[in-house]
Amino acid sequence: MSAAEEVEVVTEGQAVEAVPKRAMTLGYGTSLIVLAVLILIPLFVKNFIIFQMTMLLIYALAVMALNILTGGSGQFSLGQSAFYAVGAYTSAILMEHAGMNYALTLPVAGIVCFGFGFLFGQPALRLSGVYLALATFALATAMPQLLKLGYFEHWTGGVQGLVVTKPDAPFGLPMGQDMWLYYFTLAVSIGIYLASVNLLRSRSGRAFMAIRDNEIAASAMGVDVALYKTLAFGVSAGITGVAGGLGAIAVQFVAPDGYTIQLAISLFLGMVVGGVGWLPGSIVGSAFIIFVPNIAEGISKGLSGAVFGVLLFLVIFLVPHGARQVAIIAQQLAAKLKKN
Amino acid sequence: MELFANQVLAGIATGAIYACMALAVVMIYQAIDHLNFAQGEMAMFSTFVSWQLMQWGVPYWGAFVLTVAFSFAAGIVIERLLFKPLAKAPILTNVAGFIALYAIINSVAGLIWDFTIKQYPTPFGSSPFLGSQLISTHQAGMIGITLLMLVLLFFFFRFTRVGLAMRAAASLPESARLVGINTSWMIALGWGMAAAIGSIAGMMIAPVVFLEPNMMLGVLIYGFAAAVLGGLTSPFGAVMGGFLVGIFENLVGTYIPGVGNELKLPIALALIIVVLVVKPAGLFGRAIVKRV
Repeated sequence: MSAAEEVEVVTEGQAVEAVPKRAMTLGYGTSLIVLAVLILIPLFVKNFIIFQMTMLLIYALAVMALNILTGGSGQFSLGQSAFYAVGAYTSAILMEHAGMNYALTLPVAGIVCFGFGFLFGQPALRLSGVYLALATFALATAMPQLLKLGYFEHWTGGVQGLVVTKPDAPFGLPMGQDMWLYYFTLAVSIGIYLASVNLLRSRSGRAFMAIRDNEIAASAMGVDVALYKTLAFGVSAGITGVAGGLGAIAVQFVAPDGYTIQLAISLFLGMVVGGVGWLPGSIVGSAFIIFVPNIAEGISKGLSGAVFGVLLFLVIFLVPHGARQVAIIAQQLAAKLKKN
Repeated sequence: MELFANQVLAGIATGAIYACMALAVVMIYQAIDHLNFAQGEMAMFSTFVSWQLMQWGVPYWGAFVLTVAFSFAAGIVIERLLFKPLAKAPILTNVAGFIALYAIINSVAGLIWDFTIKQYPTPFGSSPFLGSQLISTHQAGMIGITLLMLVLLFFFFRFTRVGLAMRAAASLPESARLVGINTSWMIALGWGMAAAIGSIAGMMIAPVVFLEPNMMLGVLIYGFAAAVLGGLTSPFGAVMGGFLVGIFENLVGTYIPGVGNELKLPIALALIIVVLVVKPAGLFGRAIVKRV
């Protein structure tokens, strides 16, 4: 047998669907309606639900970050929980040890995570598919253990973690801590969402998508593949870091066991349910990972895992492309109605 | 030096567990071109089935054969019912399906057999093997069974028509269909075989780690790592990878100070990644050439 026969020739199946960049966002009108709903709801519900909505936005940010990486640049990560943890710890340590204002810690968390993600993207460059999944997975399993290490205990609080104080509403605004935190999170989320949409519309965004669709063609067109791939990792990690920081402030507590691989898997499921490559779907995916486990627990305590699995199967059977598919169907229906 | 040799031996003993699982991982990867996250849970469930059979009075080898047959059928049924309809869905959606399957099996097993740890019998006995305290006869038997499966798999893929058809369906589905191979059934067959191999792995591993619904979690991760290290396209590489990971892990725990049980896994994974950066197809895998 000659050497040539030993080599398999594979015509590459596309790992991630090519989503055109206009299809990655919502129309103007719909966006405003969603925004109005998000602003108005907290005025009518209890504090606990406001807290849950805050977490909804925070996870939506983290899911969106993964979406930029996977749906945008076609790279896969199971290590998002590590970036989330670094963001959370950066915020918590700055607030508790350096007495920094909570709002100011977020950009720091973002920058630290951007650097971390960018550096991690370097070795990840040579890996793709399952290999990249394994590498990022390693990062996710290592992170809680690293945070527990004795060397950092003075800063991280070791296994115990750190307690973070919840901020009050500034300027004597007449609202509770939960409500203020919700609006603060909402403002940050909107800012990051708009920035992300613009990023994907920019030259860099087009470079990400070119790499996702065909790496070799992209490099032939002059896209610096290595740079943009690591950049995508950096941006994704940075946004996840901000989400982590917000999460630390909202939960008022950081501990190593809050950031295990389970979180990374949840974020991944959120992305699939929301629709890979469709940024607004992130909030749908985030709702799925926050509320569906609770619903499953409500249906059957002993079998909550099975119920969760069945619900997940139902979703992917009915809409294999996630919430994006629902949105597209709705859009077509609306267009039909307009014609008649 | 004696410490080193002992640690290597102990590493081979744990490596046998990973090698067993890695073989099942490679099997499913050959069939569906993907890692199945629910594989460990399927193996765990099979092991519980064999345990239940033995509780009902079936002798060990009878339960063994029945369980392998059951797992083979169950693997095919799962593929036909749950994953065939997803064949055209994006890959990431399939991965979400694996995670859902994982949650379902784990939770159902917990409900039927609850989460208490159970003893599991071994057919090989557990006295020291050839006078060595580090490897028991059970572990030696496990290594033997793993190698036997490896040889059988090699013959199956190299010298049988079905084996050839499976390889064809996995590497070039379009062309395989053109020459009359039913690729869809080849995938189902792959699921069945992977489930059967997984059940053997489960029954071999259970005496070492004890039987409980979460017993496979760690093993599967190491199994993945071993398969990736050895090369996902090569059953031989997967087994070698399993032993290497076992040895790695033991040496790291012995010689690097401050590494407790918790840091073993991350360090083993980090080493594997270093290997992959140098040799992206794994140690024994074939390089895959992409057509542009």
